[in-house]
Amino acid sequence: MTLTTILLQQLVNGLVLGSFYALVALGYTMVFGVVKLLNFAHGDLYMVGAFIGLLALSLVAGAVGTSWVGVGLAILLSMLAVGFFGVFIERIAYAPMLKAPRLSILITALAVSLVLQNGVLSLTGGQVMPFSPKLGFAGINLGDIFINYKQIALAGAAAVLMLALELFVSRTQYGRAMRAVSVDKDMSELMGIDVNRIIAVTFFVGTALAAAAGTMAGAYYGSIWYFMGFLIGLKAFTAAVIGGIGSIPGAMLGGLVLGLLESFGTQIPGIGSAWKDVFSFSVLILVLVFKPTGLLGKSEQERM
Amino acid sequence: MALLDLKGVSLGFAGNRVLQDVSFAVDAGAIASLIGPNGAGKTSLFNSITGFYKPQRGSIVFDGVETRRMKPHQVTRAGIARTFQNVRLFREMSVLENVMSGQHCRSRAGAIGAVLHLPAQQREEAHIHDVAAGCLRFVGIDPAEWERDATTLAYGHQRRVEIARALATEPKLLLLDEPAAGLTKGEKAELVTLIARIRDERGVAVLLIEHDTGLVMSISERVSVLDHGVMIAEGTPREIQANPRVIEAYLGSEDAEAALAL
Amino acid sequence: MALEPGSPGPQSVVSRPSAWGGLGLLLDTPAKRAAAIVVILAAMVAAPLLGPYAVVILTNALLYTILALGLNIVVGYAGLLDLGYAAFFAVGAYSVGILTTVFGWNFWATIPVAVLAAVCAGIIIGGPTLRLRSDYLAIVTLGFGEIVRIAARNLQITGAASGISGIEQPWLFGWHIAGSTDFYYVFLLLAVIGIFVSVRLARSRLGRAWLYVRHDEDAAEAMGIDRVRVKLAAYIIGAIYGAIGGAFFAVNFTAISPQSFSFQQSTLFLMAVILGGMGKIPGVILGAFIVVLGPELLRDLGSFRYLVFAVGLLLIMLFRPSGIWPSGAKR
Repeated sequence: MTLTTILLQQLVNGLVLGSFYALVALGYTMVFGVVKLLNFAHGDLYMVGAFIGLLALSLVAGAVGTSWVGVGLAILLSMLAVGFFGVFIERIAYAPMLKAPRLSILITALAVSLVLQNGVLSLTGGQVMPFSPKLGFAGINLGDIFINYKQIALAGAAAVLMLALELFVSRTQYGRAMRAVSVDKDMSELMGIDVNRIIAVTFFVGTALAAAAGTMAGAYYGSIWYFMGFLIGLKAFTAAVIGGIGSIPGAMLGGLVLGLLESFGTQIPGIGSAWKDVFSFSVLILVLVFKPTGLLGKSEQERM
Repeated sequence: MALLDLKGVSLGFAGNRVLQDVSFAVDAGAIASLIGPNGAGKTSLFNSITGFYKPQRGSIVFDGVETRRMKPHQVTRAGIARTFQNVRLFREMSVLENVMSGQHCRSRAGAIGAVLHLPAQQREEAHIHDVAAGCLRFVGIDPAEWERDATTLAYGHQRRVEIARALATEPKLLLLDEPAAGLTKGEKAELVTLIARIRDERGVAVLLIEHDTGLVMSISERVSVLDHGVMIAEGTPREIQANPRVIEAYLGSEDAEAALAL
Repeated sequence: MALEPGSPGPQSVVSRPSAWGGLGLLLDTPAKRAAAIVVILAAMVAAPLLGPYAVVILTNALLYTILALGLNIVVGYAGLLDLGYAAFFAVGAYSVGILTTVFGWNFWATIPVAVLAAVCAGIIIGGPTLRLRSDYLAIVTLGFGEIVRIAARNLQITGAASGISGIEQPWLFGWHIAGSTDFYYVFLLLAVIGIFVSVRLARSRLGRAWLYVRHDEDAAEAMGIDRVRVKLAAYIIGAIYGAIGGAFFAVNFTAISPQSFSFQQSTLFLMAVILGGMGKIPGVILGAFIVVLGPELLRDLGSFRYLVFAVGLLLIMLFRPSGIWPSGAKR
C-alpha cells in the first residue's frame, strides 16, 4: 500500500469514527447549553441505547429480519425509548438539583452514570453481548481503498440526523426556544417560554442522538457491553470542547476533527493504537489550555 | 500625583460599549464619589479598576503601578479594596473568619507551617486575628456577634462587616459600591461618620458609588458623573449641582427624583 | 453588569470542614473528646485480636481512609471534583515499584520521589485546568486517570499488563514490616497522621482560603486571594496523600498491576468521601469503612453489590447531600 492509500483509508476511518463522536457530542453540548450541566451519564445513555437497540432488533427480527430495514427500525425504536428515558432521568435526578451548588449536581450526574453502568452490569453479568445484524461485508472499491456499505450507511445516517437536528434547532418553535434558553434562561422565562418543557425536549433530543449512535456502533462493531459508554463519553466531551462547548455546529465539527486526529494520529510512529486515547486526552488538555472556547465557541469577556 | 489615575479607559462586551474613553483620578486621602443614572457603567468601572473586567484600551495607574492587566487578587494586594453592591459575605462562616479573609494577602504561612504549628505561623495566626478584631471594632461590630454566621446578622451589620473585611486587606484606597443601599436613615448617618473616620483615622482614600445624592454631596470632596459610559462632569459637589449636563442626564433617565434632589 | 453572586443553593452539599461533625454536640468538652480518642484508638490497636481475616479487611479500610482523607481535601474542603484520584495512587505505587525492583532503591528513599512525582503530576494537570470553569477539572481528571492507567498498561518499565511483582517489604530500625498485622499498624499510624494533618490544615490560613474560594470565588479574589493558587494547593496536597497511600499499598501487596488504578477505583474513593459526609472527618472515615466493609457484607449479592452502592450514592445526593454523618452545631 502506498502512503496515499493509507492516508485515504485513514480519512474514511476517521470520518466514520468522527460521526459517532459528533452524534454523542451533540447531546453533551445541547444539555450543557441549556442547563449548564456536564452530564456524565451521557456516555452511559449511549450504552443503554445500544442495548435497547439490540432488544429492539430482536423484537422486529421476525417481521423485517435483521438486515438494513431491521437495523434502521431498531435505531428509531431505541431513539424513542431512550429519549424518554433521558427525560425521565432529568426529571427525577437533575431537576431537583438545578438550583443546588455546582458540586452537588456534578456528583449527581456521576451517580446516575454509575447507576446505569452497574445496572446494565448486573442485568448482563458483565458479559460482552454479540450484536450481529446481517449487513454483510460488501462494499465498493474506489481505486485502492475499500469502503464497505456499513461505513457509508453509518456516515450517511449520522449526516441525516445532524441535518435534521440543524433544521429542528433553526426552523422549529422548540428549537428557537432552546437557543433562547441557552443564551439567557431567566430572560426566556420572562418572555413566556416554558423553560422546563424546553429542558425536557433538549434531554429527549440529545439522548435520542446518543441512543442512535449507540445502536449504530453496536451494529458496526458487532458487540456491546456495559462499559462501552465510558470512553466515548470522554471522547464526546473532548469533541464538544474542541468545537466549543455549547455550540451545535461546534460539536459536529469537533467530532469529525477528533475522529480524524485519532485515525491519523495512530499512524504517527510511536503513537500506535495502544496510545490512541492518551493522544486524544492530550489534545483535550491542550485545547483547554490554549483555546478553552474551542473552534466555534463564543468568547466571553475575559474575566480575571 | 494622584493615587489612582485612569486615562482613556474603554470597555466593551460583544459589541456593546460600556465605558468610553473614561479618564479620572482620585487623590491620596480623598473622599470622592461616582454618580450617574442606572446603567451608566459605574459598577463596570469599579470592576475594571479592581481587575474583574479587562478594559480593551486605556491605562489604570494605581500608586505608580499600571494595574489594567492585573488579576483582582493582585490589585487588592497593590492596595485597592472593595465591597459589593449586593453584600457578598462568605456563607456558613463566622463574622470573624469573614474579616480574616482580608489578611490573606498580607500573610504567607503555607501548609507545612499549618501542620507543624511553627512559631512563625502561630504568630501570624494571632496577628491575623488581631487585625480582624481591630477592623471589626473600628466599624462598630460588638464582639458578641463575632462568632455568629455572618449571613445571619442584621442587614446593616452585614454591610459594616463587609467594610471591615475590605479594611482588613490594609488598603490605600477603598471602593464602596452603593454602601447606603437599604440602610435606614440612622444607619446612613452612621455610615457618613464611618467613611470620614476611615479617611481621617486610617488615612485610606474612599471612592464610592452612591444613589443617595444627599449623602454624596455631604461627604465628597470631588464628584464624578458617568452617563452612558462617558464621564460627563467632574468637580466639587457645588459645581456638580450647578452643572446643566448632569441635571439633563438625570432628567433623561428614570432617576428624576435624584435630579430633584440635586 | 453586576458580577454573578456565588451559586446560591437551598441545600449545601459540603458542610464546614470539621474534626468532629455532629459528635461535637455530644462531646462538648475537651476531656470528653480526649476520652473518645483514647477509646477509639485502644479499640483500633486491639483490633488484630479479631483474627487474620479482620486484619486484612481493616488494613484495607485504613488505606481507603487515608486516600479518602486526601480526596476530601480536594472535594470536601476546596469543592473541586476529582474523578481521577486513582492516578495519584498509581503514581505513588509505581514510583515505589519501579525504584525498588528496577533500580534497587531502599523503600524509604523512594517515598520523597513518589511524593515529588505526584506533586509534578498535580501541577501539570491542575495548573492549566484550575483556571477554567470548575466542572472542567472533573472531566480532565477523568482523562488524566485514564492516561496514567493506559501508560501503566503499555510501558515496559511498569511491567505492562502484568504489572510489577516481587516488591521487597521494608525494614524499619531492624523491624521487618512483613506480616499483615505489621502492615495493619503501619496503616493505622498513617491514618492517624492523615487525620491530624487534615484537622490542622482545616484550621489554618490555607484551610480558610479553601472555604472562601468554595463559597464565592469573586469575593475571595477581591479579598486578595489567588483562587488558582489556593485550589492548586488543595489539589497537590490531595495528590500527596494519594501517592503516600499508593507507596504503602505497593509494599503491602508486593505486587501492583494496572487493574488496581481504574476509573472504578477512583469512584470508590469518591464514594467514601461523599457517603459519609464531605468535609467532616468522621464522616469521611465512616465512608471509607462503608466502601470497604460493604462489599464484604454484601458478598452474596454478587455483581449487584456495586449497583447497591451506585443507587446509594444517588439517593444520598438527592435526599441527604451532606452525607450520612450528622452535621455539627448550627450557629
